[in-house]
Amino acid sequence: MNIAILRFGGSNCDLDVQKALNNLNVGAELVWYKETLESFDGAIIPGGFSYGDYLRAGAIAARTKIMQSVAEMAADGKPVLGICNGAQILSESHLVPGTFTLNQYPKFICRWVKLRTFGESAFTVLSNALVDLPIAHKEGRYVADPRLLKELYENDQVVFKYVDDKGRPTLAANPNGSLDNIAAISNLEKNVLAMMPHPERASQKLLGSADGNAIFESMVRYIKAL
Amino acid sequence: MLYRAEITIKLKHGMLDPEATTIKSALKHLGYDCQSVKQAAVYELELTADSRENATDIVNGMCQRLLANPIIHDYDIRITK
Repeated sequence: MNIAILRFGGSNCDLDVQKALNNLNVGAELVWYKETLESFDGAIIPGGFSYGDYLRAGAIAARTKIMQSVAEMAADGKPVLGICNGAQILSESHLVPGTFTLNQYPKFICRWVKLRTFGESAFTVLSNALVDLPIAHKEGRYVADPRLLKELYENDQVVFKYVDDKGRPTLAANPNGSLDNIAAISNLEKNVLAMMPHPERASQKLLGSADGNAIFESMVRYIKAL
Repeated sequence: MLYRAEITIKLKHGMLDPEATTIKSALKHLGYDCQSVKQAAVYELELTADSRENATDIVNGMCQRLLANPIIHDYDIRITK
């Protein structure tokens, strides 16, 4: 098995994702955006600040040629995971619906959040109902119009929500003003996931939580079943 | 022919604009009480096109494909020679 970890100018969580995968004995290769994506079983777009977040976070990386290959992988049914800046790149590429924009309080937030897992996606079959993961972003507020929001619920595309200790998506548990506390969204087919929290930063007990591993392990299981 | 384009990109009506809200309260601290503050990005560019219509089409494409995010933005294009 070989998972591609994309690197753009300004990606900075690439090595963390590779380490998290390697710790789970999963092969993962760093792929510079000018290279090709042939012969990979899935792809992860890691966090960072691609192209300085100029224009809008993820906007410029989304228009690179390699993202067309990512779209083809997704259309082939292979799993594609975007984390933080990777999630912004996926939404700017229209591989997931809606968009992530400036936090309600327009400041960079870096802290742990509790998330509740909803529905079924290629990335959550092994996930607990409640997970602890960190967030680190300034443009993470999820936005969608009311019609799209309705579709997202009808099609089970809301994958994680920010919740309190009891699993309730309260106002106080919403760190960035995201619509309906949405932290992660999938495509219609559930093989593309855009999530603002960082599973690779919660991949060992030493880091405070190992809840992130279930996301990578679910992805691996999904690939094996293909 | 050389055309000059001025593109204004704004958040759609009713969209939350956290930076503008912060600017509004900073203005208030200085004694300026505004009913509302909005923020926009303006791009000025020069391009060669066959006609004004052609220039408008090209710039429209730029907005749709990169400069604006249709989920949150509206945009205006002004073309001058």
